[in-house]
Amino acid sequence: MNAPQNDRDAVLGRIREALRIPAPLHHPAERSAGGEPTTAHFREWLPPVGPTPDERLALFTQLSETLRSELILCDSAATAASHVARLASENSWKTLGLHRGELTSAMEPHFPADLERLWVDEGYDKDALEASDAGLTECELLVAQTGSVCVTGPSSGGRVLSVLPPHHLVVARRSQLVTDLTEAYASLAAKYRGQYPSMISFITGPSRTGDIERILVLGAHGPKRLTILLLP
Amino acid sequence: MSALSSPPKDQFLQDADRTTGDSPRRDAVRKALHNYQSARNRTGATFTDWKAARAAAATIKHEAVNHLDQYLEEFERQFTARGGKVFWASNSQQARDYILNLAKARNVRAIVKSKAMTGEEIHLNEALVAAGFGVVESDLGEFIQQLKGEAPYHFVFPCMHLRRDEISDLFNRELGTAKTDSPEELTMIARRVLRRTYVEADMGISGGNFIVAETGMISITENEGNARLTVGVPKIHVALVGIEKVVPRLADLALLLPMLATAGTGQHLTGYNSMYGGPRQPGENDGPEEFHVVLLDNHRTRLLADPEQRDALHCIRCGACLNVCPIFKNIGGHTYGTTYQGPIGSVITPHFRGLQDWKHLSGASSLCGACTETCPVGIDIHHHLLHNRRNAAAQKPAPGEGLLWKAFAVLMRRPALYKLATKFAPLGSMLHPLIQGTAVDPVIAWTATRDFPEAARKSFRTQFKAHQAAKQQGGVR
Repeated sequence: MNAPQNDRDAVLGRIREALRIPAPLHHPAERSAGGEPTTAHFREWLPPVGPTPDERLALFTQLSETLRSELILCDSAATAASHVARLASENSWKTLGLHRGELTSAMEPHFPADLERLWVDEGYDKDALEASDAGLTECELLVAQTGSVCVTGPSSGGRVLSVLPPHHLVVARRSQLVTDLTEAYASLAAKYRGQYPSMISFITGPSRTGDIERILVLGAHGPKRLTILLLP
Repeated sequence: MSALSSPPKDQFLQDADRTTGDSPRRDAVRKALHNYQSARNRTGATFTDWKAARAAAATIKHEAVNHLDQYLEEFERQFTARGGKVFWASNSQQARDYILNLAKARNVRAIVKSKAMTGEEIHLNEALVAAGFGVVESDLGEFIQQLKGEAPYHFVFPCMHLRRDEISDLFNRELGTAKTDSPEELTMIARRVLRRTYVEADMGISGGNFIVAETGMISITENEGNARLTVGVPKIHVALVGIEKVVPRLADLALLLPMLATAGTGQHLTGYNSMYGGPRQPGENDGPEEFHVVLLDNHRTRLLADPEQRDALHCIRCGACLNVCPIFKNIGGHTYGTTYQGPIGSVITPHFRGLQDWKHLSGASSLCGACTETCPVGIDIHHHLLHNRRNAAAQKPAPGEGLLWKAFAVLMRRPALYKLATKFAPLGSMLHPLIQGTAVDPVIAWTATRDFPEAARKSFRTQFKAHQAAKQQGGVR
């Protein structure tokens, strides 16, 4: 079979023909008085988040509980590492997938010697990563309004480390906690200046499904557990 | 498409008859939707101003859909610059051929798929299987429906009609697993079966919830993480997306993602919301080598050409209108016989697949307006059902209907004639039972399932006259 012809011009032609007649906006009465909505307005309508860092953290903590993410406040990278060591021993982990970052590299020397490290930075064996017990990543940002962790390839060891192992550990600093998605997108835009990573993902709680009788089950495909280690 | 006979309508009527009589199934669906409704109410209440948010969401989609050519071209420019490939498909055949051809050209052996209603729309799986490719649905609900050999029941909750014991029996039969009544264990069975497929597949096919013009990205919303794996592990990613899914700016998602989650499942934000801008970029350690986006028209431009109903293309497929619809709750998803069920499906299907063949869906509504009320992007759904009815009648009037209205107009414009008619109406009422429900009954369509209202013995005019006379005589009110 030959590749079918790309129908670009035909599709665009039909669109332009169709759009020759303008369509009114329904519900004009509901339009905001300030005319076209801008992203700055979103904050006035979405669920409120307090203005101070403490209020952001309080909301993030509350949502983490609802979402069944485990949020652990740590005073140093060494403390965070000790929590990883504890989880490793409690759950008899053999292999931990991880990537080189400022925080992960500071934690790694404190891990038990018998916990095998699978570094993913230079590429990795898919089967080996699938068989690892947990994945440790850093993240771009945390989002207070939704209880989310924002990961990208460069910040979090690629596309897969944060979703293939059955337990995802995230280590972050408190300064990475932003108010809402609007602030998160603005921050990403400022950082990457148009050269975005190939994936930006907002992770909100452990993997979940409600497909059977709308009853919540965690760990459908991705991590059954999500642990967020928050440093000052 | 439009034929004299109307098989979709016959199928609809037969299935509606059967499903409305199935009380246990209806109860199960109702129970599932009750859980949804309480979650949605709870989350919706946390918004500072849902109505303003909804108006803004509608404005964003209105802007996108009414400049669709510009935004799609902008997407193509951005996406291509990042190494992605865009294919424009006029119809389902072209879309299928492109994906099949790609799979053959790359010697693909196994395909894993995350949820995509566009895939259902173009019957992609059937085509892939017919061409000898193994394709596994990875979304739990879709996986169950694929095993069952059945179309999704609801475009967000594909197997919401199935009880756990039915799923357990299905797994037992198809996968040889032990029976269980625990949703958790059933989910873990699917997890075990599916995990290997991500690693083994060399092509991952997804849909897309939003096309971001500004940054050339496809945004995918999911809860399970199956889409993250589907487009993260295999070496080729194909996203099959309807052309109407575009939004102008990346930051627009800051509003649309929470609204989609709230309306769709009652969550603040769905488990994974991921934006993919191209294949693996220089310096990245993983991700697919190739990323193809198939932009699907498949008659969406017909709907676009109708300015009155163009806002139906604002739809973000949250499924909220199904969840609140009294008709959906009673007849269920399969009865519609469409890819997109419920009120929004009844609006758009006639545009996609022919007005005369699918106009009956627009009649299957109580016009209560719950769909319009719940829609997070402000689509005027229930009025569009009326528009479809009007357009269908104008295009092909029902035989005799025009004559009937003309006769009615003659009667109403001539008081003497009307008076005469009211005189004979009680006689008609008396005689009607003799022929009720038989072939000579002029109102058989009504009386087959209902009583015909009886005409008053004394007309309003007669009563009014008597009342006036009594008032003058007695001097009372």
